[in-house]
Amino acid sequence: MSVIVTDDGFAPDTWDGRILEMSDLTVSDTAGHALNFPVDGDVEALREYLPRLAMIRIPFASSADGRGFSLAQRLRLMGFKGRLRAVGDIISDQYRHARRTGFSEIEISDAMAARQPEEHWRAAAGWAQNDYRKHLSAAG
Amino acid sequence: MTKAHDIGLRMVRDAQGAPGYEVIVGGGLGRTPMIGKVLRAFLPKDDLLPYMEAILHVYNLIGRRDNKYKARIKITLHETGIEEFRALVDEAYIIKKAQFPGVDQDLLDRITTSFAAPTYDTVPFTGHAVQGGAFASWLDTNITAHRNPDYAIVSISMKPIGGTPGDATSAQMRVMADLARVYGHDELRISHEQNVILPHVHRRHLPDLYAALKEAGLATANIGLISDIIACPGMDYCALATARSIPIAQEIARRFDALKLERDIGDLKIKISGCINACGHHHVGHIGILGLDRAGVENYQITLGGDATENAAIGTRAGPGFAADELIPAIERIIDAYLTLRETPDERFIDAYNRLGADPFKAALYPQSDAQKAA
Repeated sequence: MSVIVTDDGFAPDTWDGRILEMSDLTVSDTAGHALNFPVDGDVEALREYLPRLAMIRIPFASSADGRGFSLAQRLRLMGFKGRLRAVGDIISDQYRHARRTGFSEIEISDAMAARQPEEHWRAAAGWAQNDYRKHLSAAG
Repeated sequence: MTKAHDIGLRMVRDAQGAPGYEVIVGGGLGRTPMIGKVLRAFLPKDDLLPYMEAILHVYNLIGRRDNKYKARIKITLHETGIEEFRALVDEAYIIKKAQFPGVDQDLLDRITTSFAAPTYDTVPFTGHAVQGGAFASWLDTNITAHRNPDYAIVSISMKPIGGTPGDATSAQMRVMADLARVYGHDELRISHEQNVILPHVHRRHLPDLYAALKEAGLATANIGLISDIIACPGMDYCALATARSIPIAQEIARRFDALKLERDIGDLKIKISGCINACGHHHVGHIGILGLDRAGVENYQITLGGDATENAAIGTRAGPGFAADELIPAIERIIDAYLTLRETPDERFIDAYNRLGADPFKAALYPQSDAQKAA
């Protein structure tokens, strides 16, 4: 089982749609589905599917692997409006970075959730404040 | 040291006089020492943050993750090549710059105010009454010119002869804090050379400051000289170390003090690391010493010709290492060779090395192998 972390805290995973792999993209209708996007994948290959995908899941194999943050930012810049989910070894200290780079939510295992209880994540729920871009930007 | 960092920034002006940065990437010491390469010759000042983001964006995506020893910009740059790395950064920079909303001027003003120059004492400096002696020696080595001609930058040496490089007692730290308050506009900095800097001291206060430092055992006049050694904690204090560093630094300082050669030798950077992680920056020492473990016995490798300035260079390994008891005589042979070979007393060790190359110094270091070759 896994736990979904958002700004509201912990919740069970309510996604009951299909989860596609990259190889499914060309053969199936992607509308309303989720996609597992590998962390070394080519975001350009996704461009044409972005308007129809409901969710993109990006794996974090280790909390020391930050590639997912760069990918999320690029997907948002390419106009992806759906749910962006970081899946795996994210630690609560990284929550604000995940949110600032465009992730909507984090999926962690029950074991991870036990080690890092909800209040650790909630402490970063104000991720939109103290963003250095905010500090730097007169426009906010 | 700018060229020995993952990202180095050197403040420059363009042809029109506008301020900006020369951006250098891919430097680093440790087990894979590399001198950084120029990624961009001139980056306008206002573009600094988005450009830094672009570099890290590229590194985040293509950097090595399979081996933590290779997880550094220097490795990525080495494998990718500066041309391709630059193309990737330039591509990312277009996006980062478009997203960047500009620097918050209010915040920038607050920072600028926090780093404002002190309100200088306007009493003109008319010269010191005292001439010559220990005070003059201290002025000679421990004072650097300040942009205000009535002021000086004072380096307090943390390298007393035979002492532990970089160590100060709590009482000495209190003395330095008090002196900074009285004579230094309440500002004191710690340098990577393991010394303490008072950045703004009016020159008329130098005799009093010197007297107070001397009283506290802080008036060693050796900044930039052979006993002003950077040494890592070494095996005495560090779990990673493979050899001791501090006793080597102490012995070198004592030996050349006994020989009364320090002033004659002049500018010389000796840097000592007790393992390949290179916390003592031995690669960029004019003479670098790396302590290793050879089957349970400390062994010291000497590198020559390193340079931490704008002419950054990684020192070249001179040859086989030396046992602890052979090391000080080996350093002495290098110095003797330098004193013999230099064209004038003003020619620094590093200048003589760059003029002559490593060979005469190696010959001095390994006289036996030279004799063997001749035989």
